[in-house]
Amino acid sequence: MTGLRSALFVERRAYRQRRLVDAARMLPVLGFLLIVLPLLWAPESGQERNLALDTIYVFGVWAALIVFARLLSPRLGPETASTGRPED
Amino acid sequence: MPFNLLVLACLAYVAFLFLVAFAVERKAEVGAQAWLRSPWIYTLSLSVYCTAWTFYGAVGYAARSGLEFVTIYLGPTLVFVGWWAVLRKLVRIAKAQRVTSIADLISSRYGKSGLLGVVVTVICVTAATPYIALQLQSMTLSFAVFASETPEGWHLPDRNTTAIWVAAGLALFTIVFGTRNLDANEQHTGVVTAIAVEAVVKLVALLAVGIFVVWFVADGPVDVVERIAQSPIAQWELKTDRWIGLTFLSAVAILTLPRMFQVLVVENADERHLNTASWAFPLYLFGMSLFVVPIAVVGLSIMPEGANPDLFVLTVPLAMGHNGLAMLAFLGGFSAATSMVIVAAIALATMVSNHIVMPLWLTFGVRKGAEPGDLRRVVLMARRASIGGVMALGYLYYAFSGGSTALAAIGLIAFVGVAQILPAMVGALFWRGATRLGALSGLVTGFLLWLYTLYLPSLGEGAVLSASLMSEGPFGIGWLRPHALFGVTGLDPLIHALFWSILLNGLIFSLVSLVTFPSPIERLQGAQFVNVFDHSGPARGWQGGKAEPEDLLLMAQRILGEDVALTFFHAEAGAQGKDGYLPDITPEFLDRLERRLSGSVGAATAHAMLAQITGGTAVSVEDLMAVANETAQIMEYSAQLEAKSDELARTARQLREANEKLTQLSVQKDAFLSQISHELRTPMTSIRAFSEILMDGDMPSEMRGRYASIIHDEAIRLTRLLDDLLDLSVLEAGTVQLSVKDGNLHTMIGRALQAAGSTRPERSFTILRDTLSEHLVVSTDTDRLTQVFINIVSNARKYCDAADPMLRITVRQRKGRIEVDFVDNGSGIPKPSQALIFEKFARLTDSNRAGGAGLGLAICREIMQNLGGDITYVPGRGGAAFRVSFPRVLVLPTQEDAAE
Repeated sequence: MTGLRSALFVERRAYRQRRLVDAARMLPVLGFLLIVLPLLWAPESGQERNLALDTIYVFGVWAALIVFARLLSPRLGPETASTGRPED
Repeated sequence: MPFNLLVLACLAYVAFLFLVAFAVERKAEVGAQAWLRSPWIYTLSLSVYCTAWTFYGAVGYAARSGLEFVTIYLGPTLVFVGWWAVLRKLVRIAKAQRVTSIADLISSRYGKSGLLGVVVTVICVTAATPYIALQLQSMTLSFAVFASETPEGWHLPDRNTTAIWVAAGLALFTIVFGTRNLDANEQHTGVVTAIAVEAVVKLVALLAVGIFVVWFVADGPVDVVERIAQSPIAQWELKTDRWIGLTFLSAVAILTLPRMFQVLVVENADERHLNTASWAFPLYLFGMSLFVVPIAVVGLSIMPEGANPDLFVLTVPLAMGHNGLAMLAFLGGFSAATSMVIVAAIALATMVSNHIVMPLWLTFGVRKGAEPGDLRRVVLMARRASIGGVMALGYLYYAFSGGSTALAAIGLIAFVGVAQILPAMVGALFWRGATRLGALSGLVTGFLLWLYTLYLPSLGEGAVLSASLMSEGPFGIGWLRPHALFGVTGLDPLIHALFWSILLNGLIFSLVSLVTFPSPIERLQGAQFVNVFDHSGPARGWQGGKAEPEDLLLMAQRILGEDVALTFFHAEAGAQGKDGYLPDITPEFLDRLERRLSGSVGAATAHAMLAQITGGTAVSVEDLMAVANETAQIMEYSAQLEAKSDELARTARQLREANEKLTQLSVQKDAFLSQISHELRTPMTSIRAFSEILMDGDMPSEMRGRYASIIHDEAIRLTRLLDDLLDLSVLEAGTVQLSVKDGNLHTMIGRALQAAGSTRPERSFTILRDTLSEHLVVSTDTDRLTQVFINIVSNARKYCDAADPMLRITVRQRKGRIEVDFVDNGSGIPKPSQALIFEKFARLTDSNRAGGAGLGLAICREIMQNLGGDITYVPGRGGAAFRVSFPRVLVLPTQEDAAE
């Protein structure tokens, strides 16, 4: 592989890395929005909240956050944003 | 369950934890740290976030407020899921700056301000007291549960006595645990591992109770969902302010709680561990929270009316007759309380000793020239006293507040207190314009507001703030009521306090920062904090550098004590496969040394000292200022060393030159001896040969006469040679006796020409003289000088190869010196040989016939040097040209001068 092409390859990797970092930054924002979402389910006209449903929803969001964090974390080395490995 | 058994179980559990900590530290000493410092241990150690408040209180919280309890765990989840944005920077900065506590972080960022360190420490200690009280309360309650269950009827006399015993026990436990090592290092491998074990115990206990409740009390998840729907908490009220406020608050608390900062940042061994913790810690929290609602719901349904929901984790298994499970749950709660207290007390003790006690100690009460060991004992004693003090404060809070408040409420008070550090911390991490004064005023504002609106009221009406003040405001000013500041009455008191304290804190912090001007150190530190990723690599280690192991050993001895330092260096050298006490200066060695030193003098100082010696990483201005005295001393010392080494180099150079000279002399002597032997042998050989012929006797007399004259000639030549040698050796030794007298130069030259005329008398030489200028009276050894002249003229007569030989003699007088030039019109001396002609036995051609042994010019030079002058060959004068220069008046050194 020529140096030019491998450089392009690295550049692309770096690009993907940056977008991964973006995703990692967005994740808590998304999580916060999902967590405050139940506030908008205003119980209309005297209807009470459903604790079971709320519980399942909140724990579902929670589990999803954990799964996404688990998927992102191996790709976010401490230095992946600034340096890309040229090989592999 | 008998009380003794309970206490025994606690003691056995504590002993087990000790064993774990001890074994781990032994292993760490050997160096088998790989698994000890794994991301899993790190993640589990973060579980100190889940205290007895979580273990017991979450269920009670759920029984009172439904799902609201999850906010306490969702906030940290968001922070960890978004670790890339904040946590990573925090850990990086703490590593780069060797931060030892959250007070250290804030003080370090804002120009290493001691005052800020004190303020943050005070906030943290004050906020920690309700939290400690919370642990005491939960422990007391859990003991009481078992006490009331016993048929024999042992019961705790009163809750305060229990709390005292628990507080004392925990204090002792923490002191022994946290300050066990004499080396009061900021990183506690053993403790962290023990905390991790406790994390497993409490998770397992809570999960076990949860599984028991879901599958053994209820009939599986579906039944639980149905029970939830029918339970009294099904119609829980989702309060917007609390839901958002508590999520925010818990997210802040995970960053600012001193104990969380300790495990999250200070004890972090590797930045990559955050990577794992980013999802594993939320998973842990998830696991801790998963069965909270089922336990609360089932507890509410099966326990009698009025039972404390804070204790369902214990009472539900007990009520179902599962004593073993209850014991596990008890140990889980015990773990949660002890781990929190240990870490919090260690963190607070570090802060108190580093920011309050040590500065005081160093300002006052220091004996001059105290041993370094003393300092270490002071640190340790300060930490132990701090632990005792913190526990005492916690107990006092517990006693004051009446121990009746629900666990969750107490915990949240502490959260709001430490949350006051947030604006200063965010400013530290992200805003270079944040100033010390801004941080200080913001912190003080927030702290006072927190005290006024939340902390003091929490002690109970009438304890500090009177009931009338609470209801009508100070001096009847309604808009200053603690729970309705500025007329805001619609908020929950906790959120009210959080809102106003953080808002005004942040506002004042920002405003004051905008209008004040930071000092140079603040700006430097600000740049280093905010741009930490530009300034440092992930593992900013040492570069090996220019340090000498001796220097490092010297410094380490002064801080650690001689034996400890020597042992450490010896071990390090051994690890590198070297003998002796001086290991190679590798980055790893420097890292270990720094960690070792930081245990005694604090991380920042240790770092600065090492950096100064190695000349390695960047040292901040304050670092330099802190060690200014030492720097001055070391600089002076190194200047002395430099001077000494210069002197040594000079001496070495002189020695080397002397040695070269000696070697040359030795070579010359050898050459001289072989020359002498040769020169002596030639005439001797002919003398011997002719004398042997003569001994035969039978020969004509004219032949005998000829042979005898040859022998005679050769003998004369030998004599002359020996005379010359003797002369030369006397001259060289400088022991020649000069007879100084006045004489006319003209006469001397005339005599020399006359005497030299006997050399090759067959050649007719044209002598050109400037008679007028020759008439100079000189005061020197005239005989010796004449000898030189004779030699030069003879040489000219011998070697001048011109067909019409001519010798010009000119005399000049210059600055008290006289120069006599002898220039002939021959072909002169070739350039390469010009340097050799004054050496002994230097003969340019094999002109043995000329009868010289090659000593003439050597003797001339020696004579001239003895006369304070010189003889040189002057090139470029059309022939061989010798210049004889000497002082007109020779002053012989007096006896005194010679003696010098």
